Amino acid sequence: MVLLKRQIPLIIAFIAGIVMLVQYYIPLQESQDLLSEFTTWAMIIGAFALVIGLSSLLHMHIGKIRRLAPGWGYSLITVVALVTTAGVGIIAGMQRPDPDSAIYGSQAAQIQWMYINLMWPLGGTMFSILAFFIASAAYRAFRARTFEATVLLIAAMIVMLEVVPIKIFAAIGIPEINNWIFTCPNMAAQRGIMLGVALSVVATSLRIIFGIERTYLGGGD
Amino acid sequence: MRRLLIFLPVLLAAAIFITPLPAQAQNNPPLPAVTELEAQDTPNDSGSSILVTWKAWPNETSETEYIVLVSGAKDGQFFEAAVVPGGLSFKSDQPRYFGFAEKNKDYHYASVKLSKEEVKEPRKGIFQGKDGTEYFFKVRLRHGEQSSDSGLVSAISSENWFDKGKLNNFILMIIFGFVVMWFIQHAKKNPNLFIRKISGLDAVDEAIGRATEMGKPIFYVTGLLPMSELPTIASVNILGRAAKIVAEHDTLLKVPCYDPIVMSVAQEVVKDSYTKAGRPDAYREENVFYVTSDQFSYVAAVDGMMMREKPATNFLLGYFYAESLLLAEAGAAIGAIQIAGTDALAQLPFFVTTCDYTLIGEELYAASAYLSREPVLLGSLRGQDIGKAFLMAVLVIGTALTLAGIPFLKHLLTPF
Repeated sequence: MVLLKRQIPLIIAFIAGIVMLVQYYIPLQESQDLLSEFTTWAMIIGAFALVIGLSSLLHMHIGKIRRLAPGWGYSLITVVALVTTAGVGIIAGMQRPDPDSAIYGSQAAQIQWMYINLMWPLGGTMFSILAFFIASAAYRAFRARTFEATVLLIAAMIVMLEVVPIKIFAAIGIPEINNWIFTCPNMAAQRGIMLGVALSVVATSLRIIFGIERTYLGGGD
Repeated sequence: MRRLLIFLPVLLAAAIFITPLPAQAQNNPPLPAVTELEAQDTPNDSGSSILVTWKAWPNETSETEYIVLVSGAKDGQFFEAAVVPGGLSFKSDQPRYFGFAEKNKDYHYASVKLSKEEVKEPRKGIFQGKDGTEYFFKVRLRHGEQSSDSGLVSAISSENWFDKGKLNNFILMIIFGFVVMWFIQHAKKNPNLFIRKISGLDAVDEAIGRATEMGKPIFYVTGLLPMSELPTIASVNILGRAAKIVAEHDTLLKVPCYDPIVMSVAQEVVKDSYTKAGRPDAYREENVFYVTSDQFSYVAAVDGMMMREKPATNFLLGYFYAESLLLAEAGAAIGAIQIAGTDALAQLPFFVTTCDYTLIGEELYAASAYLSREPVLLGSLRGQDIGKAFLMAVLVIGTALTLAGIPFLKHLLTPF
């Protein structure tokens, strides 16, 4: 059991890691084909994994509906939406309907109609909530109680004033200060973080390839 | 009649000498052919192209065109392979192939693509690149209505086993790898390595304890990337350690997953952590579940769960996109203690302003070593720090040298 759960995955991780590491430096067509093949395998595995995810989803929600657990109504909506969407896609397929149809974008299949007229507005709604959340987060964060918070407040004010279409702010140099904030301290901080992340990624990758880091296998040590 | 015969030659002579010659014949000298024409195999590739270079015509304008013609035989039919307008496509634009020599800005280049597949009719830019085929090139200089052809040059494409353009990357990777491995070995002999305090990780115990006291669940979000990405691996590593503490405290842990593979791995990790804590009976598979792989559907579901179940603690560790603030604000609205960590630069400000603790960039990757305090993992952190010190030194020295007009270090470390 240890061989299956621990040794074999470690060997696979080592071999695959070294192969892909070496592949990066070899420009041969065979090397590019290998990368393309691995990418295709990953997509195929991902597609199969979707079946596992689907079964987990249905198992959880149908269990909640059966037990009438708190929030079972949301589970019912989820299951109905899943079955309906899957059913429409399977039965109607991706074929385009009658061009004279009144369905939106007469070139769209039914399932695309559902995606465009249901998913898009819902996704847009969730995205638009960000505007209000930004306002509430800013209200809480931009309070000049400490030095750092004061600096944050002043910088945020300058950045916000730069996009306001009032000429007096342009006259007093707000755009230049804003440009300096973005190109100097902000860029410096971003690059510092990126350098640290890059080194961490390399070190973490080496630890995983050589089997030093094993928590992802389940338990790790 | 006699008068006509006398006047006719006069009229002819007048026509010859009065009628103006065509302007170009009068004012424009003939167009010279391009000089220093060379063709070479493109370095560091799979044998799929040939580079043609020539010296730029000193009088070129934006209306000038250089037409690269190619043929499979010296006296065969030539086809148009590339057209380079004047003022564009200089060798200095491609230091990967031609280096950083100052004179490169006076030379044009064109890359002629070759195809390994059979090409029945050579089409512009793509020719059959059979191994060992010698291709012949010439460049036609066209300016206005004039044109001139150069002489012939030839080249054979060949594949390369090693990309020398990435040699600097390779050497640095080898050196850095050795440094990390050395410090890992060194840490086995000297286990007491210092690591600076990371508040967010110190607060993990406190956060889990808070949830236990309040009798509320803990939510752990691993981000939106698949299992093949390092931020997710780092997050799952932390999940394993946190799940062990959760199992010891007998608190409810929920892990809504964005990706099915992440869900499978997270289930195994959490189950193993519960087993190690001596509480295999407390593990519930339905607490580590798949939600959806659509971004805003996922965040809507998780936010809804937060609003209904009101967790006392939220862990938001991984890679996030626009949904980061939606998740963090929902958690803040219900009064949960939130520990976030990401290397997504654009989302860090949102987490910093909304969450109680934020792991910034590399701290997410250091978390596994920090929480376990294993000497081997701490040794790799020391190796990273040496790498950072090296980079800082290179930045300072490289900046000074470049300002002094010596771009050697800059050129040496240019990534290709």
